[in-house]
Amino acid sequence: MASIKIRAKAKGDITTVKTLMSHPMETGLRKDSKTGKKIPANHITEVTAEHNGNTVMTANWGGAISKNPYLSFKFKGAASGDKIKITWVDNMGKGDSAEAAIK
Amino acid sequence: MNLLRRKFVKTAAFVGATVSAVGTGILIPQRALGAYTKAAFDAKDVSGALTAAMGTDQHTASDEIKLKAPDIAENGAVVPVTVSSTMGNIDAISIIASANDSPMTSTYMLTSACEPFVSTRIKMAKTSDVVAVVKADGKLYSAAKEVKVTIGGCGG
Repeated sequence: MASIKIRAKAKGDITTVKTLMSHPMETGLRKDSKTGKKIPANHITEVTAEHNGNTVMTANWGGAISKNPYLSFKFKGAASGDKIKITWVDNMGKGDSAEAAIK
Repeated sequence: MNLLRRKFVKTAAFVGATVSAVGTGILIPQRALGAYTKAAFDAKDVSGALTAAMGTDQHTASDEIKLKAPDIAENGAVVPVTVSSTMGNIDAISIIASANDSPMTSTYMLTSACEPFVSTRIKMAKTSDVVAVVKADGKLYSAAKEVKVTIGGCGG
């Protein structure tokens, strides 16, 4: 089950990318209500967006991005049918990536 | 970008060189896409976070930045924020929640192909200003908006 959903739509020269990732995004500040112990931080630190293999945007995230993060951005120079690839890496060293065609 | 600069400043300080050496231009910081500035997210105040992420905390308010956020966020765990701008040459956008334990929520490194636009959802501990800081032509510009938070979203 892929952890990333991507919607990318080209309108004229501008492509709007909307993406949803599934991730708990623990800040490291929350406490477990049963044990009273702190839940360790587990959040995405880096998101990279590539268009046909070229990086168009990199995001650095802290724990203050909401659970199951949503990210949207726009870029120029893509055409319908081009590939957009989103990759994330978290502070535990895990990561995932997904690719979608621009509509 | 200044990520390398920060690294350089640290190294420079270590070998006893002066910070002003950075300005000599021999070591012009190259754009370091993908390097993660942990210090920016560890910083406990806005100016520290900005210095770590952008190289300086000097910023001027600008009408050319549009920050869209709700007036009242019922749930501080999910506050939708959209930043857009009409400025050119934008390198990076940071979104800051002033009253959070670690104010820096995220920084976006934009390449020249990007439109100055990002939209995401952030967590806010309590009612405070959300500040969008935009780096354009090496200078920082900002826009702020107060968001009232009914239930904080950072745990604790």
